[in-house]
Order: sequence, then C-alpha cells, then structure tokens
Amino acid sequence: MQSFTYERAASAEQAAAAVAARPDAKFISGGTNLLDLMKLDIERPAHLVDISRLPLDRIEETAEGGLRVGAQVRNSDLAADPRVRSRYPMLTQALLAGASGQIRNKASTSGNLLQRTRCPYFYDRNMPCNKREPGSGCAALQGFNRMHAVLGASKACIAVHPSDMAVAMAGLDARIETISPGGETRTIPIGDFHQLPEAMPHVETVLGHGEMIAAVTLPPPPAGRQVYRKVRDRASYAFALVSVAAIVEKSGDRIRSARIAMGGVAAKPWRATEAERTLAGAAASDGAFTDAAEAALAGAVGHGGNDFKIPLAKRTMRHTLAAAVESA
Amino acid sequence: MTETKTSENRPSETHTGVIGRPIDRIDGPLKVTGGATYAYENALEGAAYGYILGAAVAKGRIAEIDTAEAERAPAVLLVMTHRNAPAQPDFGPAVTPTVPEVFTRARPALNSERVRYYDEPVALVVAETFEAARAAAGFIKVRYDEEPGLYDLPGHMADAYAPKRTNAGFETDSMIGDFESAFAAAPVKIDATYRTPFEHHNPMEPHATLAAWSGNELTIHTSAQTLANFRAGIASTLRIPPERVRIVSPFIGGGFGSKLIAHSDTILAALAAQVLQRPVKIALTRQQMFANAGHRAEMIQQVRFGADADGRLTGIAHDVWSAASSFEEYCEQTAVFARSLYVAPNRVTRHRLVPLDINRGEWMRSPGEAPGMLAFECAMDELADRLGLDPIELRIRNEPAQDPERGVPFSTRNLVACMKEGARRFGWERRNPTPGRTREGRKLIGYGMAAAIRPNYIGAATAQVAVDRDARVTARLDMTDIGTGSYTILTQIAADSLGLPISSIKVELGDSRFPRTAGSGGSWGAASAGSALHNACNALKQRILKAAQSSEASPLHGASATEASFANSEVRIGQRSAGLADLIRRIAPDGFEAEGSVAAGATTESYKAYSQHSYGAHFAEVAVDCDTGEIRMRRMLAVMGAGRILNAKTARSQIIGGMTWGIGAALMEQTVLDRRYGHFVNHDLAEYHVPINGDVPEMEVVFLEEHDDKANPLGAKGLGELGVCGAGAAVANAVYNATGVRVREFPITLDKVLPALPVIAI
Ligand SMILES: Cc1cc2nc3c(=O)[nH]c(=O)nc-3n(C[C@H](O)[C@H](O)[C@H](O)COP(=O)(O)OP(=O)(O)OC[C@H]3O[C@@H](n4cnc5c(N)ncnc54)[C@H](O)[C@@H]3O)c2cc1C
Ligand code: SF4
Repeated sequence: MQSFTYERAASAEQAAAAVAARPDAKFISGGTNLLDLMKLDIERPAHLVDISRLPLDRIEETAEGGLRVGAQVRNSDLAADPRVRSRYPMLTQALLAGASGQIRNKASTSGNLLQRTRCPYFYDRNMPCNKREPGSGCAALQGFNRMHAVLGASKACIAVHPSDMAVAMAGLDARIETISPGGETRTIPIGDFHQLPEAMPHVETVLGHGEMIAAVTLPPPPAGRQVYRKVRDRASYAFALVSVAAIVEKSGDRIRSARIAMGGVAAKPWRATEAERTLAGAAASDGAFTDAAEAALAGAVGHGGNDFKIPLAKRTMRHTLAAAVESA
Repeated sequence: MTETKTSENRPSETHTGVIGRPIDRIDGPLKVTGGATYAYENALEGAAYGYILGAAVAKGRIAEIDTAEAERAPAVLLVMTHRNAPAQPDFGPAVTPTVPEVFTRARPALNSERVRYYDEPVALVVAETFEAARAAAGFIKVRYDEEPGLYDLPGHMADAYAPKRTNAGFETDSMIGDFESAFAAAPVKIDATYRTPFEHHNPMEPHATLAAWSGNELTIHTSAQTLANFRAGIASTLRIPPERVRIVSPFIGGGFGSKLIAHSDTILAALAAQVLQRPVKIALTRQQMFANAGHRAEMIQQVRFGADADGRLTGIAHDVWSAASSFEEYCEQTAVFARSLYVAPNRVTRHRLVPLDINRGEWMRSPGEAPGMLAFECAMDELADRLGLDPIELRIRNEPAQDPERGVPFSTRNLVACMKEGARRFGWERRNPTPGRTREGRKLIGYGMAAAIRPNYIGAATAQVAVDRDARVTARLDMTDIGTGSYTILTQIAADSLGLPISSIKVELGDSRFPRTAGSGGSWGAASAGSALHNACNALKQRILKAAQSSEASPLHGASATEASFANSEVRIGQRSAGLADLIRRIAPDGFEAEGSVAAGATTESYKAYSQHSYGAHFAEVAVDCDTGEIRMRRMLAVMGAGRILNAKTARSQIIGGMTWGIGAALMEQTVLDRRYGHFVNHDLAEYHVPINGDVPEMEVVFLEEHDDKANPLGAKGLGELGVCGAGAAVANAVYNATGVRVREFPITLDKVLPALPVIAI
C-alpha cells in the first residue's frame, strides 16, 4: 500500500472538483472494496476524497412514484427500508444475499455499483491481468476461471461484475445520477453504465474522472412479482456463481411481460432481453421458462472451469421464473 | 445437546469430582473482553515493524534485487535480503534422520538467492510503523531468472517415490497376505480413485512474532503450539544454545497444526531484532499464510476392496499419492488408519510422494484420517451400495477382534456401539437405501454415515505444581491452549486431584521457562499434559501427607495412613482431618512443590501391547437443490467413544468444530494451485471457502462412557481431531444417497452433481 493524502469533502460539487483536480485521486465511500485493493497495491491512489459523510444518505419518493436512493445510503439501510421491502422486494433480497452483515453496514450504494471484480488474478500483482495492467495478458483465460463470465466477455478479459444489488437494479431499470466537477449532472440508465471489456477491460463504466454518483433512481415498481435467486458455493458470504432477478407479470394463464437480469455471468449485470421477448405473451408454462432460459444463454461461451455456469444459469432461470409466476 | 450415556460394558470407577463437568472456559472472559494478549499485541518500548516481500515466481533464482528506493523510504530502518541477512546454517537435506528433528531443524530465511516456492520470502523491510514497512516493500525491484517448475500432481505421477517413513514415523507401506490374488478372486470388488485438493488451515490469528534481545538472550512472543520445538528450531537457526531462547505464547488464536514449527515471521523477527538491537514484530499477512504456513497436500487415493457376497472383506488396499515439496519431505499418514479399521486377511497400504516446486505440507488437523477417511469411508459406502447391504451392517461384519495388522488387542474400541447408538438416535432406519429417491419439494434428501478412528498419542510431558499457605495452587507447564480448553481441563484435573475448588487453582501455560510438554498437536495435549499434571498432583499429595504425619506441628501428626484423601479443601487420614490451608500454615509456611511426568506413548509397554485409538460414528443429512445442485446440511450427529471425557463442554466444542471441518472438506474447501505458475490462486478467505454459520446445521454430540486404563492414568484419549475423522465422508455419502451421484473429486461443489440431476417438472 502506498502512502496517500486524505480529505473529507464538504459538498458533492467540491468532492467532484477535488477528484477531478488530480489524476491520482479517488473517491472513497465505505471503503470495503477500495481499502482492500489499496492494501494489496492493486489500487494506488495518492489522494482520497472521503464522500461517506456527505448528506447523500436519504431515500426519497420521486414525483413519478419511484424512489431516489442517495449514493451514501448503506446497503443494510437500503435493504431494510420498508418502501423498498414492499415495492422492490427483489432489491432487498439481492442486497441481503450479498457480503456479510458487517460489510453491508459499511457499504454504500455507489460503492456497490463500482466495486471491482473478484477475479483472483486481478488480486495478485505478480499475475498477468489486462484489467490491472493493460496489455499484460489475461491469466484467467487459460487458468482457474470457475467464477468467470460466460456472456459478453472478450479475449482480453473474462471477469465478472460481482454485485448482487446491481443485478436487481438492472431488472428494475434503475437510473444513475451523477454530478461532475462543474456541478453538471447527468442520468445514465443502469444498462449503459457498466462497459463490457472488449479490448479495454480496465475501463469499467462510462463515468469520467471526477464524476461522482449522487443517487440511484428506481422508477415506479413494475407490475408483476419479483424474485431474486442467488446460487453460490456456500449458504452465505459467497459471491454468486449465477444469480437471476426476475419480474413476471401475468394476465390469466399468460405472461404479459417479464424483466430478467442475471449476475455472475458477465462484466455487468446482464439484462436478458431475448428471454424477456420470448416470454412476452407466452403461456406461463415450464416450456416457456425453458425456452426463455435457452434464449438468455444462447450466446454463452464457457472457458473450461466455468462451463457449468451455462446449464446452471439456464436451470436457475427456469425455476426462478416459475417461482415468480407461482407467487404471482 | 451433549449426553453421556452409560453403556453396559463399562465397569468404571466413579468420578464424583470436577473432572468431566462442562465448566466454562477459564480463559473465556479474558478472550471476549480483549484481556488476552496475543503475540502481535504485545507492546514493547521501541518495537519496530517488519513486512515480508514474497517471491513473484515459484522456481528460479534472484538475479538482481534493488532495495535502494526502499531503503530511502520514510521511517525505514532495515531492508534485509539474502545479501545482508546474518549467516544461518543451510537448510540441509529434505529428510531428517529422525522424526523429532523435523521439528527442531534450522529453518533459515533469506539465506539464498534460490527461490523454492512462490511467495517465499525474498526481502524483509523493517520500519517505525507497519504501514511504512509495507509501503517500502512495494519499492523493492526484483529480477528473477525463472526456471520451469513442476506443479501438477496428476501430470507427474511417474515421478512418484516411496518415502522412508510417513509423518509421525509410521511405516510407509504395510502388506499382509496377498491382496492382488484375493482381489482378483473376490466376487464383489470396489476399485475407486478419489482426489482431495490442497487445503489450508488459516487460523484466525495469523503467524506472528515479537522478538526482543536482551544481551545475548532472546525472547520470542509468538503464536506456537509446541514451545520446545519452536525453541529448538530457533536456536539451531540462530546457532545459539536453546537455553538462551525464551518462548512466550500464553494465548493462541487457533493453530490446527500450522503452528508446530517456527515460520519465517519468527526467524526474521529474531534476525532483524538482532541486527537492529531493538524489538521487531512481524506477522504474515492472510495471503502470505497460504504459501508460508503450511497446507494439506493434494492427493490421489485408490481404494480397493474385495469382498465375498456376504460383505466380508477378503482384501483391503489403500494407495496414496501425495503432492510434496522437492526440498523438504512431508508424507501425510493418509492410509495408516486403514491398518486398524476393518478386518481382512489380505491387505496393503502404501504412501507415495510426487515432488513439486511448492512449499512443504504441514500437519493439518487430523493428518492422515482427514483426507484418508474421505476416500476410504466413501469407498465402504460404495461397497455397501454394491452389495445392497446397510453401511452399518457392512462395517459390523468387518469388525475386527484385535488390531488387524499389529495383532494386539484394542485398549478400548466402541465403534460398533457408536454406530448402533448413532443409528438409533439419528433415525437411520428412515434412510432410503435407493439413492436419489427421497424428495421434499424441490430438494433431494440424503442420509450418510461413516466411521471415525483416530490414534491415541501421548507425548512426553512434565508438570510442576505448587501449593501455598492459603492452599492456592499454581500449576506450570509449557503446554499451550490453542483455543481447545487446555487451561480449563488442567484446572479441573488439579482441582479434582487436590480436592480444592476451581477458584483455588491457577494454571500457567505457554512459557518455555515452565517444564517441558509435547504442547498441542495430534490431539495429545490433554492426555499428555493432563497425565503429567495428574502425576504431579499425586506427588504433591504424597509430600503433604508425609509432612502431615511426621511434623510435630501437624494436627495429623502420627496419624497412620492406610486411607488418606484430599476433598473439600481438607486432608483426611483415617478418621482425622484438617483443613489443607491450616495444615500447610502449620507445617510448611512456604508451601509445597512437586513435579510429575509421563513418558512418550510409543515408548511405553502399554502402547506396545495395545492398539490405542478413539472411535466414533458420524451421521449426516443433506438437502440438494434439484434445480441448482446446491448442497446444504440439515443435521449431523456424532457418537464418540474417546475414553474419559475431561470436560463435556470443551470436548463437545472440539467435536462440533471437527464436524464443521468435515463439512468444509466434503463440500467447499480447496486451494487451487495454478499448474502454470505454481501459486495458490484463491489465497484469501473470501475465495477459500470454509463453512460459515449458515452452512453448519444442528449438531448433536454423544459421548459413550469410556475409561481407557491402558491409555494413561486419567483414562482419557485424544479427541481434538476425532470430530474431523470420517465426518466429511458421512456428508459425501449423504450427498450420494440424496442424488445417486458419486463424486470422487473433493470438494463436492454443485457443478459436480448438477449434470446428473434430473430436470424435474415445474
Ligand atoms: C469478503 C467480501 C464479500 C463480499 N460479498 C459480496 C457479495 O456477495 N455480493 C455483493 O454484491 N458484494 C459483495 N461484496 C462487496 C461489497 O458489496 C462492496 O465492497 C461494497 O458494496 C462497496 O461499497 P463501499 O461503499 O465500501 O465502496 P468503496 O470501497 O468505498 O468504493 C468502491 C469504489 O467505488 C468508488 N466510489 C464509491 N462511491 C462513489 C461515488 N459516489 N461516485 C464515484 N465513485 C465512487 C470508489 O472510488 C471505489 O473505486 C463483498 C465484499 C467483501 C469484502
Ligand atoms: S479475467 Fe480480467 S481481471 Fe481476470 S486476469 Fe483476466 S484480465 Fe484480469
């Protein structure tokens, strides 16, 4: 870990300006991801701007009937909020399926979206890794890649985004609000926020340097039942092998609409639009769920150690859709 | 729930005393309030902090190491590499002439430009703060001449060789009768090859040391299971007499066998403290512990059984190939238990090593049985399945009357009783013998069982005990409490023997100035140190009685003692009695002192005349999600026959801890060695999975009443590791019963069962 200077931001604008002013500066929220990476010399900021105490920790109703979640709302608080629990239950389920109680108490909404991959080669400075050191190669491609991506990966990087929360948010069509050093704001649909690796896996989002997440807006809850299902190697405190967030709206015996996002399969929360299309208007049947799962994974490619994720994701999607319909 | 069952076959002396009572851990309040000081927490004036830099390659030599920038970094006091480290002896041959030397040999650090394994220390930075040392370590530039290394056990089986002995000095091979012919002729055969991965112990407290010199005397505060070994190892590395080294280790945040020998934190702290003439602290980081503090090696095990149609074994073969280090041999005794478990006229066990360019394996909780029983007891389940026989019935049919290879009687063996009692309590009759047929909703349910066996070791130990004029007792031994309850059971033993309340007993451990014991390892701690203390208390009582009878000032003067006893803080001789404190004040105002010892088990007549093991039976119920293959435990039961139980609570804790290890080994623990680079890929506790609370189901532990008078004067046997032995196999057998999928490559992660799970209609 290299030495760094530290300041506590007084306002959102000032925080953005402070980071923008130095190429080697970074925001720090809960620090549960950044500090670990700094200790291992994987992140090496020379200056930290602490935004954890900014008054961005409120959850407010929006005019359109949704919720605006401040960037500094803790994962635990977001999960426990009664409005979230009743209107966005799959977001609560996803949050509670992530990390541990202690980490969720510290982790912020923005930090969760921006947490970095858990690829073990990314975590070891002696290993080639294009994400850590562009151009050095990808040790995971031919290595231990049990946890890695089956969708949207490239030859340069096959890492996954580890967040559970973001998967539920992707299914809910959340929008990310940012503030830039000059005070300008913009709103980015979550689907456009994270980037696929292609040739530049070190670029993970569309955020500019110094651009700060201020809030995440959840549109009004969509019709239909919500279910988040995380599949993992132990009962708790493990990253997703595969996860599925599903919202299914029924009309009689038919599915009117479905929204599906997957975790553990790609460098971003993966919206399964083909599956959604297959389901729209279909009879709510095992066959339709199976077809949807096939459609969702149609372009999937395994890398040896993670081949099992393809059938696993299909099976998980099939029974998660069934669960969403059953409870509907 | 813990129960002690009285079994019919147990004539035993009655113990009305404090031994066996489930009293709370004596050190508990200190630990939960932060009052127990661990090695790294010791504050010494002027202490400096070290940080170790590990090698970036697994094999080669350091061609160039540039430390200039690190030396110039703020607050840096010393950068040590092989170029400037104090001279140390060479590491020496891969195999020591005798077993004890494994523990006491020199273990030099930073004394060569050779890199023998990934993350081996190549530099030490010492600075005024930990942060400064770590930051400066990042400035060191190392260029390696890398050499191709061997990291692939299955790929290099052709290099396998037979070591001279296994760990703990067992014969490498055993052979009785003619297995191959018996197997060829057997009407029923099982030939199953199992694989177990690298595993790591990773105790909560890392390997950490504070070293301080005063003149030419060295004091080491560290986290050690066996002080005498640490002392000898450090002394030989530093080339000083052991008497000049003091080891202090009163509290240990877990060891599991990873703290039996000194590691680089200790050696480098001692060297740096010597160079700097100030105290130096070093802790291995969690990541560094994976390469530098021992592991259980990857293994391939072939188990073959020949049986007749009734399930009587005609032949048993257990062959083990284990990954090993090229520079120091360590052969886990994986097949040794198989020499004692079941009867069969033709038998063979063999251990082979495949040398790789990795660090040596070390003793990891239940060395031998932990990986060995995973394979062997699953293969027994395969045989039962093949025969259509209940797994318990199969084991009963192969229960030996005496040790099948040594030909000596068992001291005690309650395996069958454990299995029968377990079956009754677990509701074993509800198990569906046809696998994959029991479903509750979308979960497949399975039951599994396995036997447990673990040898009873005794290490040489001495204890000192003193009683003062207030009848307060201090017992001292260099024994350790690695979280197992040593303080507590030793207190109980002394209180019981001397007839005093617990509050009158003070047990002091973890200082090499105290009499030498075998420390904590191999489950021998309680029996060895406990027997020594028991003998010391007896000697103390003899001394007190003698003085009480002979001293004019004694209220018991002249009492003729055919029957003397110590109880309720009184001494009674015949009809006369006196308070112990009162008596001591009158006859010996300075109090009394005595010592007691036990000899190492292997040297005793009783050890030669009897096969001594603890036994048990494990039962497990699992649920497997038929959509995802996720395997979750539902409940577990262990019924144990492990000699006299010294404290029902700490004993139960040991067993449930072991059962939890069984869950880990069966379902999730695995360190992945990258076969290209030779490094452990998942080297932290986020990626190396051990069971968390949610993975651990309701657990029941039952101890059958037992008193093993052949084992030691206490009648107790080791049980710290018994809970692991067979526990994983019970889980694996339950997974088979649930799914019909026999996974022979541990851990059984969901991807290995998923392909065989049926797609069940929604
Ligand atoms: C052992 C372990 C297990 C875990 N398991 C899971 C799991 O199962 N599922 C899961 O989803 N997560 C898991 N996590 C990850 C956890 O959710 C994240 O660490 C956490 O959400 C990060 O939030 P933070 O506020 O601490 O972020 P920080 O560490 O403070 O920041 C992370 C990154 O975000 C940037 N950042 C933070 N806030 C802003 C902002 N407002 N604008 C711009 N940039 C910003 C920082 O600069 C930094 O780069 C686990 C973590 C650990 C350590
Ligand atoms: S998968 Fe991505 S993060 Fe992992 S080693 Fe390859 S480039 Fe690095």
